[in-house]
Amino acid sequence: MGREVVIMGAAETDIGKLPTTSTLELHLEGARRALADANLTKDQVDGIASVSVPGPIQVSHALGITPTYVDGTGVGGSSFLFHVRHATAAIKAGYADVVLITHGESGRSRVGAPPYPRANDSVMAQFEMPYGIVGPPTSFTVPARRFLHETDNTLEQLAEVAVAQRRWAARNPRATFRDEVTVDDVLGAKMIADPFTLLMCCLVTDGGGALVVASREFAEAHGSDKPLVHILGTGEAATTPLISQMEDMTRCKQFTLSSQAAFKESGTSTADIDHLMIYDAFAHVPLYGLEDMGFVGRGESGAFIADGHTSPGGRLPMNTNGGGMSYTHTGMYGMFAIQESVRQLRGEAAAQVDDVSTSLVLGNGGMFMSAATLILANQP
Amino acid sequence: MTQHSTRTATPEVSPEARFAPRATPETQPYWDATAAGRLDLPRCRPCDQVFFYPRSSCPQCGSTDLEWVTCSGKGLLHTYVVSHRPAPGFPVPTVIAVVELEEGPRMMTNLVDADPETLELDMPVEVRFEQRTGAAVPVFAPVPENAGKESA
Repeated sequence: MGREVVIMGAAETDIGKLPTTSTLELHLEGARRALADANLTKDQVDGIASVSVPGPIQVSHALGITPTYVDGTGVGGSSFLFHVRHATAAIKAGYADVVLITHGESGRSRVGAPPYPRANDSVMAQFEMPYGIVGPPTSFTVPARRFLHETDNTLEQLAEVAVAQRRWAARNPRATFRDEVTVDDVLGAKMIADPFTLLMCCLVTDGGGALVVASREFAEAHGSDKPLVHILGTGEAATTPLISQMEDMTRCKQFTLSSQAAFKESGTSTADIDHLMIYDAFAHVPLYGLEDMGFVGRGESGAFIADGHTSPGGRLPMNTNGGGMSYTHTGMYGMFAIQESVRQLRGEAAAQVDDVSTSLVLGNGGMFMSAATLILANQP
Repeated sequence: MTQHSTRTATPEVSPEARFAPRATPETQPYWDATAAGRLDLPRCRPCDQVFFYPRSSCPQCGSTDLEWVTCSGKGLLHTYVVSHRPAPGFPVPTVIAVVELEEGPRMMTNLVDADPETLELDMPVEVRFEQRTGAAVPVFAPVPENAGKESA
């Protein structure tokens, strides 16, 4: 047993359309707000974690921090969950005391943002991009038809994912889309990549956020009076960078592997989870997540959502900020999923669920490429 | 004239305008084969597995004892979307598909010469080669219903 590790600070920047804020500035603003939330100064931070662009060194330098623990894991939108896991290990090992994890992405306005990669000799460029793939909407969606076919989940149930999340977004003033929708609205929206309509796809927004992860003893000695969020268990896994090479197009192996590791470490099971965040880049991802983590049986996820179990008042509230489809999605959404779990555990969410003591966050990275799971709680 | 080209919604539909891949040394034999009208993939001699994408060791057993084999070009439509997103040189809509080859591996591709409304999962498809700038890209089309009789 090492030291207990907690999230002692968490904050988001403004989100939406921010044409005068650069990618780097979104990282910095998130960092400053999270440090303020934790009641820390930058000089109390000794570890930094961030994705490859602009990178942990650029972020820490701009903030005036000289880190002695650096994590630049960049494996897509799940990266921030990986950062939490790695920071937890580092703090337990004594390699760091306070790790600042930052996200910022000018996903919509593209201010100070990296260009989309245009190399034509990468593995993906040779074997996937020649086929009219223009980003995730035309490739992340490809397995879904097979999934529906083999599991007997239906197209209408796929639409129900978007309907359920909009119910949560309607309760969240910060959500981009707040008008409730019906299955017919979802199925009748503009077609993007049949069977996916616009309302089954995530938003493209600007925004950022940051987390301060520390040992419990440090947090109790130096932190603010915000409730501590305890990191009970974590897991990570990665499979293929090419979606066409999934072992089984109807299952996401890393959802299973990372959640099993997190359940084992925390000594919990699906029955202990009061609140759930599943990265919803597209409507099928929560269906895979519910089934591959064992919250429901094979083929039962669509009916589970359609029956309202993940909606307000349901027994397993899921994606309670409205998710990537209705709240915000900068490109690497994982940070926002963690932030909502922290808010729910602290009791400060816009659409607060009663009696949340244990929350699970499942982050997807790339297109079924990587995943990490965090199990968080408001008690040790 | 193909059915998918009759659905053209943009004026610049042309295979030459579409994304063109460029080989690396270890994938050169794959692209040399497609230019000659063949779909060649590496086969692991020790474990007899044909795999996609080409790389220098077998993902199953780790062996580097590989040889190139020519695939039959036949497969089954495993899954697909019908993309309505504009992509340079492509018609709208375009069928973006994963095909499971007779030899076992799956690969991303386009389904051509097919009405998207008539597609069914696991329908038989066969390879064709579409000339891009500097590379011939393997795409697939449904096997005509009477193909079995003709080739028997």
